[in-house]
Amino acid sequence: MAHEQALSPILSVRDLHVATRGRNPKPILNGISFDIHPGEMLCLVGESGSGKSVTSLVTMGLLPPDELHPTQGDVLLNGESVIAAKRDRISRLRGADMAMIFQEPMTALNPVLRIGAQMDEIFVAHTRMRAAERRKAALDAYASVNLPDPARIYDSFPHQLSGGQRQRAMIAMALALKPKLLIADEPTTALDVTTQKQILNLIHELQREQNTAVLFITHDMGVVRDIADRVCVMRRGEMVETGSVDEVLASPKEDYTRALLSAVPSLTPRPVRPAQQDQAIVEVKALNKVFSFHSFFARLMRRAAHEVHAVNEVSFGLSRGRTLGIVGESGSGKSTVARCLVSLERPSSGNVLINGRDTVDLKNHTAPERRAMQMIFQDPNRSLNPRIRIGESLIEGPLNIGEARDAAMARAAELIERVGLPRDSLQRFPHQFSGGQRQRIAIARALMMSPQIIVADEAVSALDVSVQAQVLDLLAQVQEERNLAVIFITHDLRVAAQICDDVLVMQRGRVVEYGTAAEILAHPKAQYTRDLLAAAPGRDWDFQHGRRIEGVAA
Amino acid sequence: MSSFSAASGLVGRKHRLFARPPHWTTTLALVVLVLIVCMAIFAPTIAHFPPNQLNAAMRLKPASDTYWLGTDSFGRDLFSRVVYGARISLLVGAGAMSGALAVGLPLGLIAGWFPTVDAVLMRMMDGLMAIPGILLAIAIVALVHAGLATLIVAIMLPEIPQVVRLVRSSVLSARTESYVDAAILLGTPTRKIITRHLMPATFAPLIVQGTYIYASAILVEAALSFLGVGISTEIPSWGNIMAEGRLYFALNPWLVYWPAIVLSLCILSINLLGDALRDRLDPKMKGREN
Repeated sequence: MAHEQALSPILSVRDLHVATRGRNPKPILNGISFDIHPGEMLCLVGESGSGKSVTSLVTMGLLPPDELHPTQGDVLLNGESVIAAKRDRISRLRGADMAMIFQEPMTALNPVLRIGAQMDEIFVAHTRMRAAERRKAALDAYASVNLPDPARIYDSFPHQLSGGQRQRAMIAMALALKPKLLIADEPTTALDVTTQKQILNLIHELQREQNTAVLFITHDMGVVRDIADRVCVMRRGEMVETGSVDEVLASPKEDYTRALLSAVPSLTPRPVRPAQQDQAIVEVKALNKVFSFHSFFARLMRRAAHEVHAVNEVSFGLSRGRTLGIVGESGSGKSTVARCLVSLERPSSGNVLINGRDTVDLKNHTAPERRAMQMIFQDPNRSLNPRIRIGESLIEGPLNIGEARDAAMARAAELIERVGLPRDSLQRFPHQFSGGQRQRIAIARALMMSPQIIVADEAVSALDVSVQAQVLDLLAQVQEERNLAVIFITHDLRVAAQICDDVLVMQRGRVVEYGTAAEILAHPKAQYTRDLLAAAPGRDWDFQHGRRIEGVAA
Repeated sequence: MSSFSAASGLVGRKHRLFARPPHWTTTLALVVLVLIVCMAIFAPTIAHFPPNQLNAAMRLKPASDTYWLGTDSFGRDLFSRVVYGARISLLVGAGAMSGALAVGLPLGLIAGWFPTVDAVLMRMMDGLMAIPGILLAIAIVALVHAGLATLIVAIMLPEIPQVVRLVRSSVLSARTESYVDAAILLGTPTRKIITRHLMPATFAPLIVQGTYIYASAILVEAALSFLGVGISTEIPSWGNIMAEGRLYFALNPWLVYWPAIVLSLCILSINLLGDALRDRLDPKMKGREN
């Protein structure tokens, strides 16, 4: 890349400091410096709170002025200071010289304007094209991001497109004026892996065609491996390490980078635990769930109900001490299976047998078969009542089944220590804990019911990789201690490979493939499973050992 | 890490929530309201005359040292009547507010949790909302013997649908939280899920709505008294003082102006306090304080 170094950088961030406003300013960025040259893809990597998004907001001049402000350093776009620039100058630069794509295209696009009208705005603001030319330019832009039927997209509202299409439309808008710098803030985090793969390829292609410099922000090391030229690792507003992608991934210099890389779960399946002889504790037979959207008026008009077959003939079994992973993309019905299992949804047909007894028609949630199954939820911010102390949340279940308050509290104290939190946590409120700690509390709450089966619905997908590894570790420990059966719902094949004995792949409500993890992840039979595996970012790289995996195509 | 810093930020914010001095209009509104409440409580001490003491010799006198705000057509002291009027207005406001909340909260909780009841109950509420509030109140007062209790019920009834809808929407959003699902799995009985996990989420919006109901109830009471369907003039209320004064408006417009000014100040203060409460309790506004 010697020829690139010779050119002057498009974006040059020099010793940037950002702090909060107010009487006690808190530093957010502590001296960030990096350069991006034309045609270069720089990845900013870091866990949440590392300041990577703030860096991108400063560059775009989008920092919320009442809350944060740069205190020192400069951001130069083509040698021009963005920080010193006046408001209208920045508006000129945005769109023409730099553009940004965001994580969630649904919230970045205006829901009440047609996609085409939003694109038109850019041309009206920055060019002197006539209406017909603008329309043609917009259609060309859609075609360039491989959107099917550009004319239809032009007239669509954001909600009429799929997530991937919306992100493509966003990219088309961002690149409409051929900016020299593209900032992408976690643009694929909200998308399914197969869509993610397509979007990453698209960004890569466009970057090469137009020689755009790209600042790509992500927390996913796999994505870094697939697209980056250079990497900056950030932590708590500071730069930990920077270098070319091969250098940083193969021989990280800093401990933090090493820890971050080793926390990335491997795609190689774990050794299979021997199947226990005893009979399956959970048995699901021909489970179906049909959601019917049938309004009162539709019924009056005798119109057919709008039905969604969310779960279609799903069957599986699981014995104690083993983990079953239910894997699928969004809309595959995996969460509905979980909710049917624990009787939060009533299945349309089929059976859920716990210890041989059907739970579908049990009225009472305190019945032993129901109690035997507890759930851990995805969002740690929503799984604990914010107004109730941790201790009270933990003993809620035991009190319901008649345990004495003191005895329950004593058990809660033991369990909270078991999950790695101090005893005095019981007197505190949920907002005093981090996401990972809250997930530990949720595990303790489930264990208070002495369950035999734990259903974890995307239980670690909201957590940073290092925290994710710790929570998975804790889950594995308690599983061993208590000989639990675990049903783990995830979209992340890496997580599935790490913890599952069996894997069940779902697509559009149906089981695509079901078998041991080793078999499915190493020798997938179904085309869909193969596609999923192929789309997993960074699959040709062994993050623990920092080397290429031989025989795997990137 | 971000959730941790967000959480600690929340604590800091909560701390600042009470440390931050209120806007001066809020302080002023609070002072005005406290004055009016004191006026109602200590009416016998503050007023120079009993509110119904007639004095045929002193009819329609202008303001003087003895009669601070002048006298009405029966020679009654206007100042004393306005002071005593605060009692009725505040009482009607408090009664209508607590009544509407007491009826609306349980109905809203039920509607939010049980979808089948919801359909029926909300159509009834829609029906109730379709009738103009004052018209409904007049109809009730006309049908039943007019008195303080009837008046409060008549004013309260049109406010109930608002409360039910508010509580219902809070419940509908709170019940999608996973801690509610967790409670179901822990075998928590429905009654307890509603009171422990859903009801507390409705309190903040209810307090704010309560202040608006309070202000509106005072206004409706004044309107009803003005129309002559309120409380009889032996018990002075701001509304019926104005109604009587209206007949002599050409002779002494202050018979209407004074009660109107106090009434307006009172309602303005309550609404300002309601706005301040909304800003502080609404989670959406919290981000703005950072």
